[in-house]
Amino acid sequence: MTTTFDTTIRSATISVLVENEAGVLARVIGLFSGRGYNIDSLTVAPVEDGRGRSRINIVTSGTEMVIEQIKAQLDRLVPVHRVADLTQQGPHVAREMALVKVICAGDKRAEALRLSDAFRARVVDATIESFVFEMTGATDKVDAFIELMRPLGLAEVSRTGVAAMARGTRTI
Amino acid sequence: MATDAGGTNTETQLSGAEVLLRALKDQGVEVIFGYPGGAVLPIYDALYQQNAIRHILVRHEQAAVHAAEGYARSTGRVGCVLVTSGPGATNAVTGLVDALMDSIPIVCLTGQVPTHLIGNDAFQEADTTGITRPATKHNYLVKRAEDMARTVHEAFYVARSGRPGPVVIDLPKDVLIGRAAYVPPATTPHRSYRPNTTPDATAIARAAALLKGAKRPVIYTGGGVINAGAAASDALRRLVRATGAPCTSTLMGLGAYPANDPLFLGMLGMHGTYEANLAMHACDVMLNIGARFDDRVTGRLNAFSPQSRKIHVDIDPSSINKNVPVEVAIVADAGEAIEALLAAFEADPQTQDRAALAAWWQQIDGWRGKDCLRFTQPTARGAVIKPQYAVQRLYEITRDLGRETFITTEVGQHQMWAAQHFRFDAPNRWMTSGGLGTMGYGLPAGMGVQIAHPDALVIDIAGEASILMNIQEMSTLAQYRLPVKVFILNNEYMGMVRQWQELLHGGRYSESYSAALPDFVKLAESFHAKGLRAHSVDELDDVIRAMIAADGPVIADIVVDQKENVFPMIPSGAAHNEMILGPEHEAEAAGITDEGLVLV
Repeated sequence: MTTTFDTTIRSATISVLVENEAGVLARVIGLFSGRGYNIDSLTVAPVEDGRGRSRINIVTSGTEMVIEQIKAQLDRLVPVHRVADLTQQGPHVAREMALVKVICAGDKRAEALRLSDAFRARVVDATIESFVFEMTGATDKVDAFIELMRPLGLAEVSRTGVAAMARGTRTI
Repeated sequence: MATDAGGTNTETQLSGAEVLLRALKDQGVEVIFGYPGGAVLPIYDALYQQNAIRHILVRHEQAAVHAAEGYARSTGRVGCVLVTSGPGATNAVTGLVDALMDSIPIVCLTGQVPTHLIGNDAFQEADTTGITRPATKHNYLVKRAEDMARTVHEAFYVARSGRPGPVVIDLPKDVLIGRAAYVPPATTPHRSYRPNTTPDATAIARAAALLKGAKRPVIYTGGGVINAGAAASDALRRLVRATGAPCTSTLMGLGAYPANDPLFLGMLGMHGTYEANLAMHACDVMLNIGARFDDRVTGRLNAFSPQSRKIHVDIDPSSINKNVPVEVAIVADAGEAIEALLAAFEADPQTQDRAALAAWWQQIDGWRGKDCLRFTQPTARGAVIKPQYAVQRLYEITRDLGRETFITTEVGQHQMWAAQHFRFDAPNRWMTSGGLGTMGYGLPAGMGVQIAHPDALVIDIAGEASILMNIQEMSTLAQYRLPVKVFILNNEYMGMVRQWQELLHGGRYSESYSAALPDFVKLAESFHAKGLRAHSVDELDDVIRAMIAADGPVIADIVVDQKENVFPMIPSGAAHNEMILGPEHEAEAAGITDEGLVLV
């Protein structure tokens, strides 16, 4: 009997609870670059102030074997408390925020405003020639909004990357 | 009583350097291998004023780390290194990566410029924690004297627990001078790092059932068994005998199972034995204990042991399913896992198929009949020495002497001949750079072994090219009267490079000739050591005996056959059953594919 690796590529949203100490982010990023793993998005911020912990959310992709490796490699870093593969564990919410600058006039301006309304984006800055929209949502929704803005005068995008957690009562 | 503004008793406070030394002492450190410099002067000042810790002054920081590795591997304890900032730290990096690849517990203290100068490109400043992050298991920058003791205790815990490895503690000079109270080692578990050592009972039962039901089992062991301590090697012997399965070992694991035992097939992998590799290829159940399916071992992955159900015991979960998918994974300490497997094997209700096992051994004995390590040593007076014969005689003479013997090596052909022909019956006697393949490892590693075992016979089996990479350590041997014997198999080539050029690059020997070599006898003498030379087979035994009999360091320059190659060999990109057995099959290497050529 031979066990073989599945070669299908999948996306994985991984949350990592780490000790909030100097160099911990460099360790995580270094692991990805040093071992040739992909980072599609990465967010990090302190989450438990009193206990000095930060949460890193990483969206990555690879074969099942590569993703298992990524989790095992993350888990053996000394300042890592916990590693959770949200994609594998089941239903989860994953959201990111984008600031989208659109420079346009006339009909295009009206259309941009109308679409932003349909996507529940907020206008956080406006001039005669421009808007900055703030939009929050799943990555594909943000992608879709940006694509729609492209012909209307898309000028600049700034995205946060994904924050994610499991649905229901399960915690990391 | 003097108190500072915070009301602390300053008389009970020590300097950061004093706290450091006290923490090292409490961690059981007896020896530090180091080299002083501006940033670590406070530590050297504190060392000067105490007697508990001995300092060995090396001649290059890389050698300090290799010496600590030799010390650690021959004792099972954590090796300790002290180097200065900047170049001191960067010189240590090769040693750190070597220890990382071979899972050797090291704590390396590096000096750093004072905290207020960090990032200012100060004299002898380097971003040591940045540079060593991928070179260590973990590293620390101590920013306050009051963090010193806790950090040192934690560093030793991290270095020796789980999968052992090197840990760097970067120490700014102001922190060494600042004052703080000493804190003894904590008994509370680490906040985030808690490696698992106890095997999962279900996995053990599944593994034992696979083993007991096997018709063609193989037990393949690695450095993890050595790292798990002498009890693990003892347990391995009992497990192998209970199962009756053949046992093979990686380069790193030699000695865990006695080489002279009939159940031992010798080393496996690129230069492993024919019987070990074919047994790996044809087995139906493979038990890997403490090895990591390294590319030197597996050969071409898609042809690796195609019919076997595989069990993998490793303390590092990231080693499992990294290169080779396995059916049963056991994340545990090798010693604990072997004991549990042994008990589960006895308890398993199946009856072992003894007839199948006997047939399997018959097949293995057929492979053994190839006598794959054979070589022909011409015996006529003046005949050139075969390097294999030199190692074989060194082994036989030291074995008959009955002295406790430790072997270190450099990297290359001589290393492989040592692994093939020097037969180890006990763990912790064999120190070689396996994962990183660091030329220049053997002499400083031997120094560290000799410090730990002052009365033992320590021999560095070397090549004439490798030895020059850390030759300056001959001076350290002289200073501390360390009687390490350097046994050079001198073929005037970077032999392994020359071998690959011969087999794979059309015999174009690009830059692999060791030109302008020193006279090793005179070189030894200039370092206050004894120099010996054997030109021909009739001089060999006398030189080996004179080398061993000398009470100080020796360089024995053994002039060997320049064109000898290491066989058997699995060419890069080939499978276990595609071995080249000897010169008569060399043509087979010419058929190597482009995919094979890109591999190292």
